[in-house]
Amino acid sequence: MKKTWWKILAVAILIYAILGALLFDAPRLNILNETIRNLHFHVTMWFGMIILLTASMVLAIRYLRTGNQKFDLYSVELANVGVLFSILGLVTGAVWANYAWGEPWSGDPKQNGAAVCLLIYLAYFVLRNSINDEQQRGRIGGIYNIFAFAALIPLLFILPRMTDSLHPGNGGNPGFNAYDMDSRLRIVFYPAVIGWTLLGLWMASLRIRMRKVQKQLED
Amino acid sequence: MIFTLIQKEFILEWRQRYAINGIILYLASTVFICYMSFNLKLGLVDPIIWNALFWVIILFTAVNAVAKSFLQESYGRTLYYFSLVKPESFIISKTIYYSGLLLLMSILGFLFYAFVMGNPVQDKFMYLLVLCLGSIGLSSTLTLTSAIASKASNSSSLMAVLSFPIIIPLLLVLIKASKNAMDGLDRSVYTDQLLTLVAINALIMGFSYLLFPYLWRS
Repeated sequence: MKKTWWKILAVAILIYAILGALLFDAPRLNILNETIRNLHFHVTMWFGMIILLTASMVLAIRYLRTGNQKFDLYSVELANVGVLFSILGLVTGAVWANYAWGEPWSGDPKQNGAAVCLLIYLAYFVLRNSINDEQQRGRIGGIYNIFAFAALIPLLFILPRMTDSLHPGNGGNPGFNAYDMDSRLRIVFYPAVIGWTLLGLWMASLRIRMRKVQKQLED
Repeated sequence: MIFTLIQKEFILEWRQRYAINGIILYLASTVFICYMSFNLKLGLVDPIIWNALFWVIILFTAVNAVAKSFLQESYGRTLYYFSLVKPESFIISKTIYYSGLLLLMSILGFLFYAFVMGNPVQDKFMYLLVLCLGSIGLSSTLTLTSAIASKASNSSSLMAVLSFPIIIPLLLVLIKASKNAMDGLDRSVYTDQLLTLVAINALIMGFSYLLFPYLWRS
């Protein structure tokens, strides 16, 4: 992870994505209008969060399989960045909702689901901090991480689909499928997902290196 | 093997009857507190509130009832079980036993709740079915979180912190499905909600079956 090319790539993609999101021509859809540009900042956060948290869960499984402390460290730091992304996702969504729906928090099923998901991962950090022994902490934290991810799937992907939501794509608003067809958005959206995710990985790798140095200083 | 373990749980419970009596009393007094603080009879209390309040009471009772499943086990006894049984049969027996216990508690709770607050439930069979699925789901989630929390310090508060957010999806579906049963809607309208409940239960049970052996080892 010490190679530099992917960091340069991340910065380049993000410059392109931010400029593209703000300047490129966007389709005019009713209700959404120009606020559709938030797609490149808000929805990308959730994509990035899911990718990071999935990676965190996979690393937790590898830790439980091998017992190698390295995987536990990776898993925690990826979860950390995932939580940061979910906070940013909530904030960007709230700013957008303030204009699109008239209030920042309107108790939409997806908003509530995201808030609960945040609670689950904050509980994960509380759990880790209340265990002193390092091996024990890794193992129990890993188990809770996997269990939390299993609870996340119905929360974010199944329950919101069972009820009406204010989010685009539900209740008559133009949705992801409608603008998925639109190549003008697609050429910015998918690179932006990759860019933000790479930035998240970069942040995680910096924290991992910092923790490794701290641990060596302690020993 | 599983049967012997369930039998052992049963005997333990019977020997220390104060625990189960305590839970029944907890349930009864919570119901009574709700009744007094709302100061309402049926007709005045909204059906949505009636239903949601009932599930909140069941949730808190469940946390208190299942919390002791692992917290009560002493270190020495855990080591003894470790040398005797497979972890899978241990978690299965605990889940089955606590599902039964919780089902008993929720039926008792329902009877008492309906007694003081009035009973607006129209489709009683379906409400009972949702109650049954709910007990199984709550007990399997809480058994695993209790096992996790028992390994950490200040475990009793940690138990609530860990389990509440995970239970929310289950609880939401439970409240929705039971509200439909309460209104006496046609059963075909909410079969998919019941199927979702079964799927969530299966997911939770599958994960506790897979994860518990790792927890057991430490």
